[in-house]
Amino acid sequence: MSQAGMTAGGHAGLMERPMFSVPAKKMAMWLFIIADTMTFAACLVAYGFIRNANPNWPRPFHSITNLALMTFILLTSSLTMLMGVRAAKAGDKSGALRWTLATAALGIMFALLHLREWMTLIHEGMRLFKNPWGTGQFGAAFYSITGLHLTHVTGGVIALVAVGLRYKAGRYNADDLEILGLYWHFVDLVWMFVVPLVYLLNLAH
Amino acid sequence: MTTETQKSGGMKKDLVVYLCLLALAAIQFVIAYQSIDASQMLVRMLIVAIVEAALALLFFMHLAENRGLLWFVVVFTVSVLLTMQYGWTDAFRLSAGAPWAK
Repeated sequence: MSQAGMTAGGHAGLMERPMFSVPAKKMAMWLFIIADTMTFAACLVAYGFIRNANPNWPRPFHSITNLALMTFILLTSSLTMLMGVRAAKAGDKSGALRWTLATAALGIMFALLHLREWMTLIHEGMRLFKNPWGTGQFGAAFYSITGLHLTHVTGGVIALVAVGLRYKAGRYNADDLEILGLYWHFVDLVWMFVVPLVYLLNLAH
Repeated sequence: MTTETQKSGGMKKDLVVYLCLLALAAIQFVIAYQSIDASQMLVRMLIVAIVEAALALLFFMHLAENRGLLWFVVVFTVSVLLTMQYGWTDAFRLSAGAPWAK
């Protein structure tokens, strides 16, 4: 066997197979997603306990229009993210950047609608520990959970723009965009639980 | 099957899953206006949310294509969530004073 062949064979023997045939970067994102699931689960269950322990829990939401629009925008952003990853896998750099920036734009729209909703609630007198409708803990619970989600959306938007531009410049590849896509779908997935627990159960009938 | 056909087939699947997610989200909004008690409403909404999450995990996050990773994510997440029951139960005791206060 030649020296080159022996070296290649030796290295192949030393190489570890990736866990579940998933590249290390993608596995790291999955581990982050699992850890973040615990954070949101803890927040939502704690919210459930506080809500259950307070019979005077406020129901301040009169309209679902803003919430429905926010949900529609976030779900649509997951679809545009998928389109971006598909374009990247097909080697269409311009298309991938276009869809990724479209996803970021939808994320910004979601964040602006969220902030508008917060401003309305603040204007109505809802603060962290007091509000005009019922138990004061509602404000802290609501702003904590929705704020944590909004932070994830904001971070995601920044990452989408950064990774999209670097992918176009050739510094990142399609796999990097796919890994970011996992994060973005996770943010969407969390919203599916925030909507019923924090909003829909607190509609003013 | 050509790459183009695979691509259009994949996009069609994504679109179908997206429409299903929109429909499920709409069902959650309909449940919110039903005349049922809060606990029933919570159960129904959570069932819909779990179906939505499963669709997103399987198809948008491609877990359906990697059985090993799927089992790892599900078993690991559920195990930790069940372990966290200790903390949640204690939180309930603190907030409600039960069962020790009775």
